[in-house]
Amino acid sequence: MNAVDFILAGMLAAATPMLLAALGEMVVERSGVLNLGLEGMMALGAALGFITTYSTGSHALGFVVAALGGAALSLLFALIVLGFVANQVAAGLAIGILGTGLSSLFGKNFESLTIDGLPKLALPGLSDLPVVGVLFVQDAVVWATAVLALAIWAVMTHSKLGLIIRAVGENPHAARAIGFGVLRVRCGAIAFGGALAGIAGAYASTVYTPLWADGMIAGRGWIALALVVFGTWMTGRVVFGAVLFGALSLGELTTQAAGVNIPSQLLACVPYVVTILMLAVISSNRRRMRLNTIASLGQPFER
Amino acid sequence: MAALLSLQAVSKRYGAVQANAGIDLVVDPGSIHAILGENGAGKSTLMKLIYGVESPDAGVMLWKGQPVNLASPAEARAHGIGMVFQHFSLFETLSVVQNIALIVPGKQADLARRIRALGAEFGLEVDPEAMVHALSVGERQRVEIIRCLLLNPELLILDEPTSVLPPQSVARLFETLRALQARGMAILFISHKLEEIKELCDTATILRGGRVSGRVDPRGHSAKDLATLMIGRAMPPPLPATAQDPGEAWLELAGLSYRNDDPFGVSLHDLSLQARSGEIVGIAGISGNGQQELAALISGEIAAQGAGLRMMGQGVGRLGVAARRRLGFAFVPEERLGRGAVPEMSLADNALLTAHRAGLVARGFIRRAPERAFTAAIITRYDVRTPGPEAEAAALSGGNLQKFIMGREMMLDPKLLLVSQPTWGVDIGAATEIRQRLIAMRNAGAAILVISEELEELFQICDRLHVLHKGHLSPSLPVAETNAEAVGAYMIGSAA
Repeated sequence: MNAVDFILAGMLAAATPMLLAALGEMVVERSGVLNLGLEGMMALGAALGFITTYSTGSHALGFVVAALGGAALSLLFALIVLGFVANQVAAGLAIGILGTGLSSLFGKNFESLTIDGLPKLALPGLSDLPVVGVLFVQDAVVWATAVLALAIWAVMTHSKLGLIIRAVGENPHAARAIGFGVLRVRCGAIAFGGALAGIAGAYASTVYTPLWADGMIAGRGWIALALVVFGTWMTGRVVFGAVLFGALSLGELTTQAAGVNIPSQLLACVPYVVTILMLAVISSNRRRMRLNTIASLGQPFER
Repeated sequence: MAALLSLQAVSKRYGAVQANAGIDLVVDPGSIHAILGENGAGKSTLMKLIYGVESPDAGVMLWKGQPVNLASPAEARAHGIGMVFQHFSLFETLSVVQNIALIVPGKQADLARRIRALGAEFGLEVDPEAMVHALSVGERQRVEIIRCLLLNPELLILDEPTSVLPPQSVARLFETLRALQARGMAILFISHKLEEIKELCDTATILRGGRVSGRVDPRGHSAKDLATLMIGRAMPPPLPATAQDPGEAWLELAGLSYRNDDPFGVSLHDLSLQARSGEIVGIAGISGNGQQELAALISGEIAAQGAGLRMMGQGVGRLGVAARRRLGFAFVPEERLGRGAVPEMSLADNALLTAHRAGLVARGFIRRAPERAFTAAIITRYDVRTPGPEAEAAALSGGNLQKFIMGREMMLDPKLLLVSQPTWGVDIGAATEIRQRLIAMRNAGAAILVISEELEELFQICDRLHVLHKGHLSPSLPVAETNAEAVGAYMIGSAA
């Protein structure tokens, strides 16, 4: 397998954990809430998913438990920021630390254990194409994530639910005045984002690298947060950013494997720097940025 | 005829404020019913109760004779009550049809067709596909009204609908409302403008301090009677009008332009004006036509390009806010809390913010005694009702805080004063006082530029007017030689 094949075959799977988390966070932020606890919710999902799959042998059950765990932690966040109208930045950071801590606690007895991943499914026809064919041989979660991205795009741009979420994010007071339950919409968005973050973590620990190691999320939650902002809350751009980051992180591995004489720490920076630069360039149009920015993002809502 | 809506002894309290106390109200079908009152009289709260945004603490609400308990606006809409908000409940990043689809069921393509049809029928034309942030204030109001009408309401509530409209658009709105009345719709029309109510409404309920202070047929009463019911005493006397010969130009704009990158902001094009010693120059126009940008350019919050901006005879385009103030410039911004004063700080510390040059600071340290004395002087001279210099700025009512900020700036004895919306949200008594202060200051030789949405106010105090529309400035219009219609034509950009 040459380097190009390696990157093409692996970049979608590498992107999936970040993409799942980022898509969820995008919906949360669209509703006007900033949840910085993504990293912790992913870590908790990773631990719960791994433990469940290891104990029961069922990946599906692992994802369900991870989604529930992520959603539960995010609802604690919702209680703090919506119920007690606390500062969202501080609450998000605290929830993130709590999630990471819980993942270490739960995962203590499972350190370095491994399980089997998921089989790869080939899309008939497309997977036989020359060069890019390898792109169409992926596990079920990658395919499901692709479908989910499309669905989120459709809901956010073309459905009434999407309109309501965007309305609440832009002007919660006006939304309340015409009769939408701002807190209910935000709470739903937060739980959805938490569940996706949990699933994202479980994908990392049960499919992408099917083993448990403390701290295995390794900053992917933070990258997902950056993807949402630099992707200007648009589904297509968030997908682009995630896949670019996935491809670059694999590129870094192949470069190292090829024995290129660059310090590995420097190489490890490249995906982060290039992804953020690319997205910063895309979103550098001040006008577009202003139009897309969520007016009430991070501001507590009190009636 | 049975009443469409009747309220009996409805009350609502917010913390320490009794916003509505024992209000009785009866609205008949096909009537245009005015709710009249000053800012803070409880008009908006009452409407929120009727529209289900808030729930009353006590009292009964009957809809077509049946008691109802509206827990949400959706329930109010289901009963046939629609509301057009003063600060519109529209979303700027959504299109017109998307805004409407938020509460009106139906496919967007069908809705777009119905929006056009309704617009043609009632003079409410608006492009359904346009983005709301690109619409003028009048168009936004049309969108709000259409959104209500699509739900076939029997009662339409309009909260201060004319406060944001130029005179011509007001006439057009009234035609629309009369057409709706002819169809049997009842309308609740909230306003503090007496002449409009006399012209449009057949019944008026007057609120003062959260209570009903009168129920009259406005057509049979003079504006003076209505005002007395509204403010609880006779109207303040009219202002002395003694124009004088202006002196040197303390502010000059010569072809000043500003390109705004903010898609929600306004660019200014080739503005020219002068404000001379001993005159008050007004900037009329509807907010959002470049007023904020103009004020920020003059105050120095935005740097001006080129040599188009001069103050006290010197180019100041590149000077910062503090440097301009040192030349003798003072500024009272539109937002009292957050820009004119820091809400959490005491009045004394707020005085220090712009008056630090008046001997309140020595070697970088605050001199507390002079600071207190200076603040106390503002409080007595400008009749600010407050416990004292240590009171928090946020604890003052809008009118009192405005008097304080005006006093602080006036105590600096500026050559040039810029005032934005001097009497916004201020009761009539305080507003009259503020206007008299401005005139006294002009008589003492200051140059004053007043940016205001209240045309009546500008006609009372200004010597000359300019109209700002879409970032363009009209020629200078001497107040003695123009009238509201002529100014209104510039406000909507239809002047020859």
